[in-house]
Amino acid sequence: MKAIPIAYSVRNLWTRKLTTVLTAGGMALVVFVFAAVLMLDAGLRASLVASGQPDNVLVTRRASGTEIQSGVERTQAAIIESQPEIAIGPGGARVASKETVVLIAQPKRDTGVATNIVVRGVGAEGAALRPQVRIAAGRMFRFGSTEIVVGRSIAERFDGTGLGQSLRFGGREWTVVGVFDAGGSAFDSEIWGDGEQMMQSFRRNAFSSVVGRLVDPGRFDQLKRRLESDPRLTVDVKRERVFYEEQSEVMSNFIRILGLTLSVIFSIGAMIGAMITMYAAVASRTSEIGSLRALGFRRGAVVAAFLAESLFLAALGWAVGLALASLMQFVNISTMNWQSFSELAFSFALTPNIVVQSFVFALAMGLAGGVLPAVRAARLKIVDALRAA
Amino acid sequence: MNSIKLIFRNAFRHKLRTGLTVVGLVVAIMAFGLLQTVVHAWYAGADAAAPNRLITRNAISLVFPMPLHYRDKIRAVAGVRRVGAANWFGGIYQDPKNFFPQFAIDPGPYLAMYPEYRLPEDELRAFLRDRKGAVIGRKLAVTHGFKIGDTIPLQGTIYPGTWTFTVRAIYDGAAANTDTSQMFFHWDYVNETIKARMPRRADQVGVFVVQIDDPARSAEIAQAIDRQFRNSLAETLTETEKAFQLGFVAMTEAIVQAIRLVSFIVIFVILAVMANTMGMTARERLSEYATLKALGFGPGYVARLVFGESVAIAFIGAAVGIALTFPVAAWFGAKMGTLFPVFNVSGETLAMQAGCALGVGIAAAILPGRSAARVKIVEGLRAIG
Repeated sequence: MKAIPIAYSVRNLWTRKLTTVLTAGGMALVVFVFAAVLMLDAGLRASLVASGQPDNVLVTRRASGTEIQSGVERTQAAIIESQPEIAIGPGGARVASKETVVLIAQPKRDTGVATNIVVRGVGAEGAALRPQVRIAAGRMFRFGSTEIVVGRSIAERFDGTGLGQSLRFGGREWTVVGVFDAGGSAFDSEIWGDGEQMMQSFRRNAFSSVVGRLVDPGRFDQLKRRLESDPRLTVDVKRERVFYEEQSEVMSNFIRILGLTLSVIFSIGAMIGAMITMYAAVASRTSEIGSLRALGFRRGAVVAAFLAESLFLAALGWAVGLALASLMQFVNISTMNWQSFSELAFSFALTPNIVVQSFVFALAMGLAGGVLPAVRAARLKIVDALRAA
Repeated sequence: MNSIKLIFRNAFRHKLRTGLTVVGLVVAIMAFGLLQTVVHAWYAGADAAAPNRLITRNAISLVFPMPLHYRDKIRAVAGVRRVGAANWFGGIYQDPKNFFPQFAIDPGPYLAMYPEYRLPEDELRAFLRDRKGAVIGRKLAVTHGFKIGDTIPLQGTIYPGTWTFTVRAIYDGAAANTDTSQMFFHWDYVNETIKARMPRRADQVGVFVVQIDDPARSAEIAQAIDRQFRNSLAETLTETEKAFQLGFVAMTEAIVQAIRLVSFIVIFVILAVMANTMGMTARERLSEYATLKALGFGPGYVARLVFGESVAIAFIGAAVGIALTFPVAAWFGAKMGTLFPVFNVSGETLAMQAGCALGVGIAAAILPGRSAARVKIVEGLRAIG
């Protein structure tokens, strides 16, 4: 069976520029929304996966869900720290950090709206446990002082967080001595200081959580079983990465469900647009189709030619939509994470997977919009078609 | 009169094309209405706030409590009528997915400050008498099938342990925007249990709800309250209930903005579809327009025909779309359960839907209308489909 040359389909799109632009434009917007939603979700995940180290373990009070709500007494923290599965550092101390996590409300620079920021009081090993954290400007805080270091996203968005400036909370002035970059993880939206100092100023005598490095990631289950069945403790033991994934579950689900529902609704509009265009293309070329059939091209070839035209439209829409969406990578989103009730900044991340998914999505739209018109074109009787116009 | 008839005849000449365009419009207008309703639902808490209620909380942030004795000091401030303590409980009912707000409250003053929570006299008395009793909203009762006398077990996240409360009263909302997905129980009961289990965390209050005599003096009274506790261990921040609620909305502003943006993108998608339809229609009818002109009709008349047809199609799509918004919003609201306590299609949303449809109808006809008005009679008559 002879196929109609591809050039036929492409040139048809070229001759009807306005229609092509409008139809592909509609599809581009739909692809844009579809890709942007997936990128946002990917960005959120990337940020939270980057927060958790695979060999770190995080202990919170049972059923507390977040570090903010959790409380681990000093004696309990000491028991957790001294488990044999927790690694011992070169100095002989356990590679574990007993942390105090609180929220403080600070006004955002651009809107002036008070937003909750996580303040994390860490132990001596706190920074070593998160190798992704690097000082970008200034220096690390000194233990035993009221010095703090702030995450990159905090320094960008909040007043009073520049080097040498100070923040007032817990009845004390805290001097910012450094800005750290945590590689796009959730720590970028935090403020760090000495845990013991913070316990004093917030008048607490219980830590929020204990983070430790495992000697061997494979021994996690053993540790979890022992700690969770220890009658002196009422704790949840989680891998750090799992903990952070759970922190974003609600947000991630919300983004995905809302986004995909919208994409489906929008795509109905775009498919209808493609269908209208293709039906018009068939109607205005009835005699042309008749000629093609008279020349010996089979029905299948006609269907293929019109489908190809619709798919080209979709591919064009995909290219434009994805190009627009890829610009979103320069945009940073900062919002409140419902579960931890605190500020979280993340960006749109374009992954190869999203490129493929959006392409398949666009082609599916083109296919759905083009099938009926293409079949109608193929069903035309040669004689009738030639007589038309 | 004749031109209206002509417009409608024209609109339905291509039944398939017009039908498809209308379906597209219906979907777009409906989606737009739904998204606007979601945005409105975000602001429901702030909309329902009363001007005579202030909220006092710890100035550091909401996670820090205030000592109980602040209640008496606040009550002593001039212009304050009632004060009630409220603690966010944050319990989990069976699964974190079943989220609904729970507050431990001073039952007497608190319920007196919220006249929009309507509950029968005898149920209220039963609740006040039972220290382990609870009041729940109608929507919450319907969602989980709770009845008077049922016990609700909650797994505490902030207050460890399993807590059980008995439903003693169910309240209805006085207005459509009253949140009836909440649960209230006795602050005293929670506090005493905490006192036995973790004495250090007892006698701590999350927020004080303050009712004032004169809403016009709210700023002044708020400052007077905060002045009482300046330089104490727990400095306070007092603001109107509306400002307090808007604070929550502001924290998730990025999401609201994204939804708003997307709701307008859908309008552009449908504008592209509609403009395409009108463009093709006008192109096919150039010879007709030339004929009309040859008969003596002016370019304005021809342009009006195109605009009229476009607006007529947009109008039909909008009417069906708006009509469908109600059942779809009702279904979506039910599906979301207590996540959006108030989910109603507002009059403003309907007006915006109609406005957008009119805008799309007019904008889609600009280019085709211009080319129809400008077509030269000779060229138009020569043109073929």
